[in-house]
Amino acid sequence: MEISVEVRGLRYSFGETVAVDGADLTVHSGEIFGLLGPNGAGKTTMIRAITALLPVPYGVISVFGHDVARSRMAVRRMIGYVPQQLSAEGALTGTENVALFARLFDVPRSVRRAQVTDALSMMGLADAKDRLAKTYSGGMIRRLELAQALVSAPRLLILDEPTIGLDPVARAGVWERIDAIRARTGMTVLVTTHYLEEASGSCDRVALMHRGRIRAVGTPSSLVADLNQPDATLDDVFRAYTGDSVAAESEGEMRNVRASRRTARRLG
Amino acid sequence: MSAPAAVRPAAWADPDRPIGPRILASRVWTMCLVELQKISHDRSELITRAIQPCLWLLVFGVTFNRLGVIPTGDVPYLDFLAPGILAQSALVVSIFYGIQVIWEREAGVLAKLMVTPTPRAALVTGKAFAAGVRALVQAIVILILATVLGVDLTWNPLRLLGVLVVVVLGAAMFCCVSITIAGLVLSRDRMMGIGQAIMMPLFFASNALYPVAVMPTWLQVINHVNPLSYEVEALRGLLLGVHARLLLDFGVLVGATAIAIAAASSLLARLSR
Repeated sequence: MEISVEVRGLRYSFGETVAVDGADLTVHSGEIFGLLGPNGAGKTTMIRAITALLPVPYGVISVFGHDVARSRMAVRRMIGYVPQQLSAEGALTGTENVALFARLFDVPRSVRRAQVTDALSMMGLADAKDRLAKTYSGGMIRRLELAQALVSAPRLLILDEPTIGLDPVARAGVWERIDAIRARTGMTVLVTTHYLEEASGSCDRVALMHRGRIRAVGTPSSLVADLNQPDATLDDVFRAYTGDSVAAESEGEMRNVRASRRTARRLG
Repeated sequence: MSAPAAVRPAAWADPDRPIGPRILASRVWTMCLVELQKISHDRSELITRAIQPCLWLLVFGVTFNRLGVIPTGDVPYLDFLAPGILAQSALVVSIFYGIQVIWEREAGVLAKLMVTPTPRAALVTGKAFAAGVRALVQAIVILILATVLGVDLTWNPLRLLGVLVVVVLGAAMFCCVSITIAGLVLSRDRMMGIGQAIMMPLFFASNALYPVAVMPTWLQVINHVNPLSYEVEALRGLLLGVHARLLLDFGVLVGATAIAIAAASSLLARLSR
């Protein structure tokens, strides 16, 4: 089975705070892989290292066989990325937002318009494509960001907390789109979330991350089954591996908390 | 849930595709296009930003033109002032660009841009020239007002082209200075304070309002190392046809812009962390 992402011995610190502490991770091609854990677990740091936004002082990361530290541009050509915050440009229309990323990924002019239209349609935004993004709802902005990430037809889609700050209906809508993307394109999806049960419905495999370390990896059903408890959930699995629950975990790094709150504010 | 066959990479997504000059030019154009799109959707900012330079010309310029207390030789003071206000308006547009970059950092926009196959220098250059595009639109408003007020501007197309290049270079340079400061302070509030603190000294320690000859010696020294002065001199030479060291002026602007781009690029990674 082809490997999309391979992380070996990743360690990253912000000053004295160890964000990722010797993490190993393997994501197979074509799967939806969930990196789960509470705020402050190190998920976003891991994602930032995989996307080459952070240098990798200790450890090795490769994406489709390309070393992230040595081949940043090559890796980025294969990645579609949606950050935690709502990052669409409100002063541009839906079409302009998506076309911007088509240009930045060198999608040829001959197919650019079709790619943009297709990405918007796939995210259910065809009717809103000419409206300014600042008039979109939170769920629509998230779908617009998915369209931005998809327009270059990446091999690996990386979503950092894609449902944070959204209401339950919008959250379900985002997961439906993620499922649809994979079903239609077969691309690999690496998604982080602290909503464990949400992820268990869509992810082929998940990794539970806690205090910078990967504590368990497997399919959601196998992890739950290994507990041998009736009516057990992924949260129970998490508690079993860490002695802690996601809800009880501290709120995480200040910057992440600020980002989450800012996102929630933008959503009203 | 069974995983379907892995996605076939698109032709344009070849990871080994080199980032050549054509792609770099395309990135700069893309950033400029985004700026034009934003302007086209909200023109109110153009109007509000035009108020201050218009007041400088209409109130300060017209009044001091009548008083005749600033020795500008054969050139009327309003004519002398117009290129200075043009340069100042480009400075105002660009010196606060760092605030936008900090906002983009907080909103995740910067991270998203940096995960595209775009070298940092290309991203900074794109943003710098986007500031230039915004300053250009502003410059057109000021040139029209100056003409209405009777300023004797050149209509030589080559000279006007030169004016556009100078305005874009000046705005690009100060935009990069602003991004550099943003990369150091990482805070909108601090950036706002520093922007205010450096804008006025840059303006008053330049030849925008008065000739170098009337400045005290210490101010003349500052004027010589102030890139805004070279921008104003080039604009004055091109627009009014007065004596200017155009080669030196362009050289300083191009050199300062290149240094500013390098400085801002080196700090962009800090902004994305």
